[in-house]
Amino acid sequence: MAAVSQSAMTAQPSVASPKMTARDLNLSYGDNQALFDVNLDIVERQVTALIGPSGCGKSTFLRCMNRMNDTIDGVTIKGEVTLDGRDIYDKRIDVVQLRARIGMVFQKPNPFPKTIYDNVAYGPRIHGLVNSRDELDQIVMTSLERAGLLKEVKDRLQSPATGLSGGQQQRLCIARAVAVSPEVILMDEPCSALDPIATAKVEELIDELRSNYTIVIVTHSMQQAARVSQRTAFFHLGKLVEVGETDQIFTNPKDERTKGYITGRFG
Amino acid sequence: MTDMASLMEDRAAAKVISDNLHKPVDWDSPKIARNIKKRYAAERRFKFYGLSAIGIALLALFVLAGSIGSKGYSAFFQTYVQLEVTFDAAEIDPDGTGDPAVIGKANFDGLIKQALRDRFPEVTSRQAKRDLYGIVSGGASYDLRERVMENPGLIGQTRKVWLISGDDFDMLNKGYISADVDEGSRRLNDEEIAWYDSLKSDGAVEKHFHTRFFTNGDSREPELAGIWGAAVGSLYTLMVTLALSFPIGVFAAVYLEEFAPKNRFTTIVEVNINNLAAVPSIVFGLLGLEVYLNVMHLPRSAPVVGGLTLALMTLPTIIIASRAAIKAVPPSIRQAALGLGASPVQTVTHHVLPLAMPGILTGTIIGMAQALGETAPLLMIGMVAFIVDIPGGALDPATVLPVQIYLWADSPERAFVEKTSAAIMVLLAFLVLMNGFAVYLRKKFERKW
Repeated sequence: MAAVSQSAMTAQPSVASPKMTARDLNLSYGDNQALFDVNLDIVERQVTALIGPSGCGKSTFLRCMNRMNDTIDGVTIKGEVTLDGRDIYDKRIDVVQLRARIGMVFQKPNPFPKTIYDNVAYGPRIHGLVNSRDELDQIVMTSLERAGLLKEVKDRLQSPATGLSGGQQQRLCIARAVAVSPEVILMDEPCSALDPIATAKVEELIDELRSNYTIVIVTHSMQQAARVSQRTAFFHLGKLVEVGETDQIFTNPKDERTKGYITGRFG
Repeated sequence: MTDMASLMEDRAAAKVISDNLHKPVDWDSPKIARNIKKRYAAERRFKFYGLSAIGIALLALFVLAGSIGSKGYSAFFQTYVQLEVTFDAAEIDPDGTGDPAVIGKANFDGLIKQALRDRFPEVTSRQAKRDLYGIVSGGASYDLRERVMENPGLIGQTRKVWLISGDDFDMLNKGYISADVDEGSRRLNDEEIAWYDSLKSDGAVEKHFHTRFFTNGDSREPELAGIWGAAVGSLYTLMVTLALSFPIGVFAAVYLEEFAPKNRFTTIVEVNINNLAAVPSIVFGLLGLEVYLNVMHLPRSAPVVGGLTLALMTLPTIIIASRAAIKAVPPSIRQAALGLGASPVQTVTHHVLPLAMPGILTGTIIGMAQALGETAPLLMIGMVAFIVDIPGGALDPATVLPVQIYLWADSPERAFVEKTSAAIMVLLAFLVLMNGFAVYLRKKFERKW
């Protein structure tokens, strides 16, 4: 088993110029180690899916990529995560700016209890990205358009965001993330709280966003990973077991555990 | 193989359970019927307990409100006596100057006494005259002066004027002094009661709404004593308390909840804050006495000292309520803000605080209401003094509503009994108002997510 795993690790396709990389990433919550020596490259303008059974560390890994784990007490992180070749855990890196460059969409839609407009405008406002009201309007409209929500909400931009349906709320959260022009968007099971129709819409959206953004998505749904991603990484018990082209992972997995998981034998 | 064996065991166990499940239940059996009866009885009992608890609470409230109301309502009215007063030009303004300074210095008290002597010419002895003058309050001369100052045309005329009566006379008119009691054991002698009857039969005794009660400061004369001085004192005290305890309390709560690392030190701080909430208020009074008066030499009896002392007492309440409100803000909102690149401070000021505000404000108002009703610590810092003037600022000597109640309850005059109840009503009205405001704020700022 260990030999197979080793071969999978070494067989990991080294990407020519990765947008983000993780090298020997170890993370523990207090005494519980959650990630073990994770090495992973994220390709620019592609969707990378992170799959694996519950508690395998895929969400934890995702949260390492924009330092959201910093907000949790008692977390120790060793190793290196880079964005465009620069270590994001470097002391000189400003976390606030980093999170503007690496946006995040969460499992449950979490719009602010404000108007639809203010939700999308919040990011540009706090980062001072705009000089005028017109510019801000422009960004809000473009972001809503990109999130495929503009048609549905353009007549009620000033009504509360909490009045939208779950699927609309999640697309609003994507619009909100897009509004600060991030380079990478991290999505933590973005469809797990949505019905199939809303899920289909979000998946379509992810596919469109790929042309402008680098996307990393955590998902429990194998079909979803197969539908939206170009690369897939399989995590198990805090270790990265296998990573490769999505087609290859789903049709010809190299590791026994990957095979077992995608065929539904465990997980 | 062992897996297989344990699987077989599990299957066997499951079969037993399922066999039991499939045994038909006789729903009409006496055992089941007894069970149902017992359940209904338990539910009826529970309902009865709940209703009686509410009934007892309501009864207590009703008795409290009823006893205070029935004792206190009469304080909102005051007996006035109508007398024929001669505004003698020779007395008021002998030289006919019309100068307000001259008119203001005239002996209006003498005019009233003259009017009383004219009304009851049969009274001649010194002692009886003194009793006679007691029909009208010592404060009536000020009313009379004001009237003449406003309308100098009165000088030289004789007019029927309603004058505020003395407290004993007021008590008699309100029925608190009974003529049936033996003369030696009541405040008024037979002669005085005869005067009252005479005036009453002339229609010269009336009860008017007692505006003075709401506009005057304290007084030794019950009929002149008012609640306004204490109300203003309470207002200044609460303003100082709020200005101090609200920002400190909210900052402490935000720091403890959002920024402080969870370690032994913060745990100790937390335990101590909870302990402070239970410290008897007199202890805060002693602390205020020592620190503010003896060390810092702030003015005694001043609302600023009272406010500082009450702020200490209110702080734990506000901190605990604010922390609970901040904790209730869903973490997903914080994550959303942080994920967009908001700094921790931006996250708190833009999202967490606005969402926690209804809870924080509710807690603050409850703390303020507590401070409004607090007496003991203020006794320690000298706010129990007898103060006639309405305080003009937080540094003037003042008293507060609950202390005023305490002072009046302690006064020997019969007329202060109704004043005490009336003051309690005013205090309760303020409390109801504040709590109503808290509910309003909660509804106004309430947002759903």
